[in-house]
Amino acid sequence: MTATVSYDEVEVGQEIPAAEYRVRRVNLVMYAGASGDFNPIHWNERFAKAVGLPDVIAHGMYTMAQGGRFVTDWAGDPAAVVDYGVRFSSMVVVPDDDEGATITVSGVVEEKLDDKRVVVGLTARADDAKVLSRARAVVQLA
Amino acid sequence: MALNRDFVGRTYASSAPYEVSRVKIREFAAAIGDANPIYRDKEAARAAGHPDVVAPPTFPIVFSLQGGSEALVDPDLGLNIAMVVHGEQRFEYTRPVHAGDELVTRSTITDIRSAGRNELMTIRSEVTTVSGEPVCTTYNTIVERGGAA
Repeated sequence: MTATVSYDEVEVGQEIPAAEYRVRRVNLVMYAGASGDFNPIHWNERFAKAVGLPDVIAHGMYTMAQGGRFVTDWAGDPAAVVDYGVRFSSMVVVPDDDEGATITVSGVVEEKLDDKRVVVGLTARADDAKVLSRARAVVQLA
Repeated sequence: MALNRDFVGRTYASSAPYEVSRVKIREFAAAIGDANPIYRDKEAARAAGHPDVVAPPTFPIVFSLQGGSEALVDPDLGLNIAMVVHGEQRFEYTRPVHAGDELVTRSTITDIRSAGRNELMTIRSEVTTVSGEPVCTTYNTIVERGGAA
């Protein structure tokens, strides 16, 4: 259980370079199956529009998982993420085409805690809308 | 329709222990597009100091709402599932989840409130091993769009 990032080498304000994650309809179908969340707003355009949504939207948890992937890739060990929370502030609309949508995640070290832990604040955007807010992870560094 | 505030404080236990399997972790990692070998390869996980493959941080969503979902479909709550979107989510870990864990969940409805035209409901779930070792606590807030209108 060892992160590859050293606590002593991290500074408050340090930015973690942005990464882009593509989401297409097939990813939502896979996520529905893996998570057990078969809410039709995530795969059925007819249903999504009938309940007032612009189109099929990604599972919030799919977007949250991309933020988690961003942090675990940075930390070097998935088990280093000891606390991770988000608010879903906007929907990720996923059109039925080959492009899908793109979620762009970036991060900044906001605080250094005791026990070699740091708080990483995350920003996630899709189509210029902020899709996660108050997104923060507490990461156990080496 | 406003949600029934009498549900605040109600606790629901998972019906059966959830067995975390390597296959399910691999499926979940594939679904989120994450190729990290610590999710997929037992040897890679062991080399990194874990007893077995580790679950991604958001994996407990797979099983932690078992109990709470019972409340969501209770007609007395007054929830229109078709209007539900996810509001907030948090996972607070005591230790990582890994393959081989047998986990049980106790979910408590901690809050129901209105925000503008929406109804918000928060469920806290305590996840432990079958022998009672704490593993993680999850916090799930759902939004019923237009529920308070």
